[in-house]
Amino acid sequence: MIEVDKLTKTFGSAVAVRGVSFRVAAGELLVLVGGSGSGKTTTLKMINRLIEPDSGTVLIDGVNVAAIEGHILRRRIGYVFQKVGLFPHMTVAANIAAPLRLSDQAPPGDDERIRQRVARVLELMELPASFASRYPAELSGGEQQRVGVARALAAEPRVMLLDEPFGALDPLTRDRLQQSFMEVRRRLGLTAVLVTHDMVEALLIADRIAVLHDGVLLQVGTPAELLQSPADPYVERLLMTPRRQARALDDLLAGQPAGRTP
Amino acid sequence: MREQLALLPGYLTAHLQLALSALLLGVLISVPLGVLVSRRGWLEQPVLGIVGMVQTVPGLALLAVMVPLLSLAGLPSIGFLPAFIGLLLYSLLPILRNTVTGLATVDQACIEAARGVGMTPRQQLLRVELPLAMPVIIAGIRTATVWTVGTATLSTPVGATSLGNYIFSGLQTRNYTAVLVGCVACALLALLLDALVRLVDVGWTRRRRGLLGLGLGVLGLLYAYAGGTLAQELLGARPAAITIGAKTFTEQYILAEILAGQIRQATGRDVRVVQSLGSTVAFDALRSGEIDLYVEYSGTVWATLMKRAGKPPDRAAVAAAVVAFLRDRHGIAVVCALGFENAYALAMRRDRAAELGVQRISHLASAAPRLAIGGDYEFFDRVEWQSIRESYGLEFRTRRSMDPSLMYQAVSQGTVDVISAFSTDGRIAALDLVLLEDDHGTIPPYDAIILASARLQSLRPEVIDALRALGGRIDDDAMRRMNLAVDQDGRSPGEVAREFLRGQAH
Repeated sequence: MIEVDKLTKTFGSAVAVRGVSFRVAAGELLVLVGGSGSGKTTTLKMINRLIEPDSGTVLIDGVNVAAIEGHILRRRIGYVFQKVGLFPHMTVAANIAAPLRLSDQAPPGDDERIRQRVARVLELMELPASFASRYPAELSGGEQQRVGVARALAAEPRVMLLDEPFGALDPLTRDRLQQSFMEVRRRLGLTAVLVTHDMVEALLIADRIAVLHDGVLLQVGTPAELLQSPADPYVERLLMTPRRQARALDDLLAGQPAGRTP
Repeated sequence: MREQLALLPGYLTAHLQLALSALLLGVLISVPLGVLVSRRGWLEQPVLGIVGMVQTVPGLALLAVMVPLLSLAGLPSIGFLPAFIGLLLYSLLPILRNTVTGLATVDQACIEAARGVGMTPRQQLLRVELPLAMPVIIAGIRTATVWTVGTATLSTPVGATSLGNYIFSGLQTRNYTAVLVGCVACALLALLLDALVRLVDVGWTRRRRGLLGLGLGVLGLLYAYAGGTLAQELLGARPAAITIGAKTFTEQYILAEILAGQIRQATGRDVRVVQSLGSTVAFDALRSGEIDLYVEYSGTVWATLMKRAGKPPDRAAVAAAVVAFLRDRHGIAVVCALGFENAYALAMRRDRAAELGVQRISHLASAAPRLAIGGDYEFFDRVEWQSIRESYGLEFRTRRSMDPSLMYQAVSQGTVDVISAFSTDGRIAALDLVLLEDDHGTIPPYDAIILASARLQSLRPEVIDALRALGGRIDDDAMRRMNLAVDQDGRSPGEVAREFLRGQAH
C-alpha cells in the first residue's frame, strides 16, 4: 500500500505540486492523469525519491520512504519511463540483471540464479530467450520497452512506478504492451502508479484515476465514478474526448456514419 | 648510419620511459579531474581555462621553465623530472577535455535509468557514465599520446635523454642522418602507441575481446619494460657514475667526449655524457651537483654570470676573477684551462669586408646602417653585445637571431653581412670568412675552462687530478680542426675525441 500525504514541491518560484494526497491499495493500479506541467511526473518521482519533496510524506507499507536511503529504496521499486533508458553498452541480459546485481538478492557469483531470473522475466514480458545476448540497439522500440519493463520486474518489486511507459510507441505495439503489462501486474499482484496524459488509456487500464491540474489534485475515483460525476470542469473537459470517441465508435458499430447522434 | 642505430636502444628506451610515464600519470590525473569538473559545473571553466593555458605555452619553453621552478623547490632540476613534469602538463588538456565532453554527452535517459534501478552515484559513474563516455575519453588519450611522444623530443635540452638527442645534436653537427633517424623513430613510436590505444578503443566499443586483450597486452609489456628499466636507473648504482654536461654545439660535444675518455683512461670510472643542455641549464646543473663537469668559457662567466660590462681587464685578470667568483660564490672549481679561446667575434665574408674596406670593428660604424647582422639566439641579449654596440656606436639596419649552425651559411650566402661568430668554428676558414679585430678591446677573453662541481671535488679528487693532464693541451688550431672534422667531414664527436686522446698518449 502506498500512502501519499500532502506532497508539495517547488522548483525555483514555480510550484509544481501542492498538497497532493492519495492512497493506492495493495495490488491496485492508480493512474495519474494531467496535461504537461500538471505535476504528475513530479508526484510520481517523489514516491521513489528521484525528486525530494519540500514537504509531505510517502509511506509504503507503513514505512516512511524518507527514512530509507534513496538508492536502497529504488532497488525495491520497479521504475519504467518513456525514454526506456536501456544501457547501450550492456546486453539485454545484463540490462535486466543490473538491478539484481545492485541489490542484496544476488550476491556476485550467483550467476545461475541471475540467469534464471532473467529468463523468467523475459518470458513474462513475452520476449524470446534468444534476446538475452542481444544489444538494445538491435531491438525495435516496442521490444526495448518490453526489456525496460522486464528490467523493472527483475528484482521482484512489490511496487511499480511507470512514467508514460507506452507514450512513444505506435498504436498496435502500445496496445499489445499494455495488455502484457496488465496481465503481468495481475499475476504478480503488483501495486502500481502509472502516469499518462492520455485519458482514454487511463480509463481503460486504471483501477482508479487521479486527475492533476497545475499541481493540484482535482479528483480521485474509479473510471466509472469519474465518468458519472466529474468533480471539476477541467475533469469534465478531459473526459470529453473519450466520450466523443466512444459515441463515434458506437455509431460506426451500429452501421451509421460516425458523429450523427447528438 | 650504423653508429646512429647503435644509439637507438638507449634513446628509445629513455623516450618510452618519459612518454609512457607522463601519459600514465596524465590519465590518472585527468580522468578523475574530468569527473570532478563535470560533477561541479562551476569548476569547468576555470579548470579547463588553466589547463588550456598551459597548452598554449610552446613545448620547449614549458620544459625549460621546469628547470628553475624545480631548483627553486629544491628538487632535481635536470634530467628526467623536469621533462616528465612538462610532458605531464602537456598531456592533461586533451584527456581532461574529452573526459568532460564524454560525460556530458551520455544520454540523460541512461542516467535516469541508472538512478531508477537504484544505483548509487558511484555505481552510476562506474557502470554507466564512464563506460559510455569511454570512446570519447580514449580519443583524448590518443591525441595526448601523439603529442607527448612528439614533445618528448624536447626533453634533451633539460638533460633528459630522448630521441631528441638525435635531432638536437644532429642539427648542431650537421649530421642529417642522425636527425632523420631521430624523426623516423619518433614518428614510428607515435604511430605504434596510437595504434595500440586505437586497438583498445576498437576492442572496447565493438566488444572484441581479442583486440582489447592484444592492445592492453602490448601496452602492458611496454609499460613493464619502461617501468622496469626506469626503476633500475633510479634505484641502481648511478651515483657512482660521473656526469659530464655538454651545451648545444659541436665543440661542446667533442670536449665532453674528450673529458669522458680521459677520465675512463686515467681512473677507469664510469662516465656518462648529458648532451645538448641549454646554456644556463648547464651551469645550474653543475651548481646543484646534477652534473659533475662541463667546459665553460671565462668570458661567458664574466659577462653572463658576473654581469661585468664595459672594457674588460687583461686575460690573466679576467681568469683570476672568474676562478675566485666561481669558488667563493658557488663552490665550483676551475680544474684547468684547455689552452684555446673560443671568443665571440664579428665575422664577414672576405670579399664583402674588402669591398667595404672593413678590417676592424671600428670600421663598421659608418657602414652599419646599411648592413644586416645575424647572431645566435642569446647574442643580442648578452652584455658583450651591449658593450660592443655602445663602444663602437654600431646601429645595424636589421638584426636577426638564428640557430648558430645556420648563421655561417647565412653570412656566406649574403643573407646577412656580419655575424657573431665563435672564433674556433671551423667554418670560419672553410667559408673564407674574416674576423674583425676588436680594436677597442671590449670583448672579454673566452678561455675554455673545465668546471667541476663541489660534489666531485670532495668525492672524487682523483678525477680532477686526471683532468689536469688536459691543461693547455688544445690550442685554437686543434680545436678548430676538430670542429671542422665534425661539422664539415661528418665525423662523430666521439670518434674525433678518441683520435685526440690517442694522439695525446703518444
